[in-house]
Amino acid sequence: MSAIVQIKDVRKAYDDGFEALKGVNLDIEEGEILALLGPNGAGKTTLISTICGIVNPTSGSITVGGHDVVEGYREARKLIGLVPQDINLQPLEFVMNNVNFSRGLFGKPRNDALTEEVLRDLSLWDKRNNRINELSGGMKRRVLIAKALIHEPRVLFLDEPTAGVDVELRKDMWAVVERLRKDGVTIILTTHYIEEAEAIADRIGVINKGEILLVEEKEALMQRLGRKEMRIELAEGVERVPGALSGYDLSLEGNGHTLVYSYDTRGERTGITSLLKDMQAAGLVLRDVQTSQSSLEEIFVSLVKENA
Amino acid sequence: MNWYGIIAIWRFEMARFFRSLVQSIVSPVLSTSLYFVVFGAAIGSRIDQIEGVSYGAFIVPGLIMLTVLQQSLQNASFGIYFPKFIGTIFEVLSAPLSAFEIVAGYVGAAALKGLMIGLIILATSFFFVDITIQHPVWMVAFLVLTCISFALLGFILGIWAKTFEQLNLVPLLVVTPLVFLGGSFYSISMLPPFWQTVSLFNPVLYLVSGFRWSFFGMSDVPVAASLAAITIFTLACFAVVWWIFRTGYRLKA
Ligand SMILES: Nc1ncnc2c1ncn2[C@@H]1O[C@H](COP(=O)(O)OP(=O)(O)O)[C@@H](O)[C@H]1O
Ligand SMILES: [Mg+2]
Repeated sequence: MSAIVQIKDVRKAYDDGFEALKGVNLDIEEGEILALLGPNGAGKTTLISTICGIVNPTSGSITVGGHDVVEGYREARKLIGLVPQDINLQPLEFVMNNVNFSRGLFGKPRNDALTEEVLRDLSLWDKRNNRINELSGGMKRRVLIAKALIHEPRVLFLDEPTAGVDVELRKDMWAVVERLRKDGVTIILTTHYIEEAEAIADRIGVINKGEILLVEEKEALMQRLGRKEMRIELAEGVERVPGALSGYDLSLEGNGHTLVYSYDTRGERTGITSLLKDMQAAGLVLRDVQTSQSSLEEIFVSLVKENA
Repeated sequence: MNWYGIIAIWRFEMARFFRSLVQSIVSPVLSTSLYFVVFGAAIGSRIDQIEGVSYGAFIVPGLIMLTVLQQSLQNASFGIYFPKFIGTIFEVLSAPLSAFEIVAGYVGAAALKGLMIGLIILATSFFFVDITIQHPVWMVAFLVLTCISFALLGFILGIWAKTFEQLNLVPLLVVTPLVFLGGSFYSISMLPPFWQTVSLFNPVLYLVSGFRWSFFGMSDVPVAASLAAITIFTLACFAVVWWIFRTGYRLKA
């Protein structure tokens, strides 16, 4: 795998002086799905806009498919499809015409078979002769996706594609994403929904206040930062954590019937064996044991807090 | 060259034009006819021939210019302002289109619309007056250059404007007066000397004069001056457009 998008030290200061990107470095591998997580105002849209040529970076360089997005904008942009965060569409245009318009802009002749395929995949075929202002919000977002896919991009940016979107569309969208992934299309999506990143991304980047805090394989990230919890149900409740167990990170829940032990999966030893032994020595009787991994959301929140 | 891209913009803009066909064609034809009735018949009957041309015929080039200027300007300004306003401009900015191709798309479409309207008005005027066009090739050349230059000006206006008000105000406050004071309906030789001199600073005078020359072989200013003026004006607009794309002025953050 080689980096299809290379972002080197990109800074963006808007006209009002606000620095929305503070030196972003990021390599995006060909064929991967990268989820960019970050709170509102983190700079996700700004970053995507600089890659796509909508915002001029103040400094730094970006290449897509080896083409500089400024010097070689034509070749670079041909590879890129963009589904913007806001629903920007010409209200009076017909759906199919407007989708074909996008293909034209990218320098390609009409391809009716492809248009039909894309529209069908997004359940828009029945609406192809409707005007855009006759569509619901969810349908409009489908049109935006169709417009981005119609020129057969190799790199697809989805800027918060599922914000305020119904379950149906979400399902359709992930089906499309899955198909694109099989075709080797590189996908970058920004999202607030951490479950989404968790479910479909190969790698996860966290951005906050114009800085990339980390980019890591999803599994590794969960592993590295993931703390696990073991919930131990006791046959008989206790009033407080017994003194003999004070060396462990324990807390008491459920009226003293549940001991919660949190531990780090990174550690050489998890301490579980000795804890169980010590519990037995302290005379506690176990009824049930359960473990759970902390979610990406918790990881995310703690990361952003650390860097606040 | 991204020809498909240019054509896509053209088709889009033309669809907009034909969607409002009545407004696009009927209204200029109607207002031209009214001008003929009011100026040509009512006032013209009291005005002598101007250098051997009947007043009704004399105003034809000016009438065409008046409408063509307004239409080219308005179509181009609206064509780029609206996508900027509703945000669909992102599509054009992120497409593999050069600045020249974007301009060729928007300005070319607006100029073509202006040209079509100009020719329709010319056809309409044949119903009212007898005209022979002495230099048809120059006539078309002046018309095309005017359409292009004012479409360029409209493009600049559409990018500059931040509100619909600004978009409408400039044509109303600047362009329309210039056209009316540019000898559309009279020869500046009919003015007192002071106002003749003032008129020479009005760029539209050179357009109307050159255009009228292509019809009747007579002009307020030398034809060469008209050609020079329109060329300089067109180049100046190109320079501003070039600067806009270089800096991303009001197009890109
Ligand atoms: N055109 C602009 N002018 C000035 N500031 C802007 C502009 N666009 C975005 N910003 C600011 O830049 C920061 C990042 O915005 P954005 O990239 O949209 O964040 P995100 O997509 O992560 O929510 C925000 O603080 C926002 O207010
Ligand atoms: Mg955003």
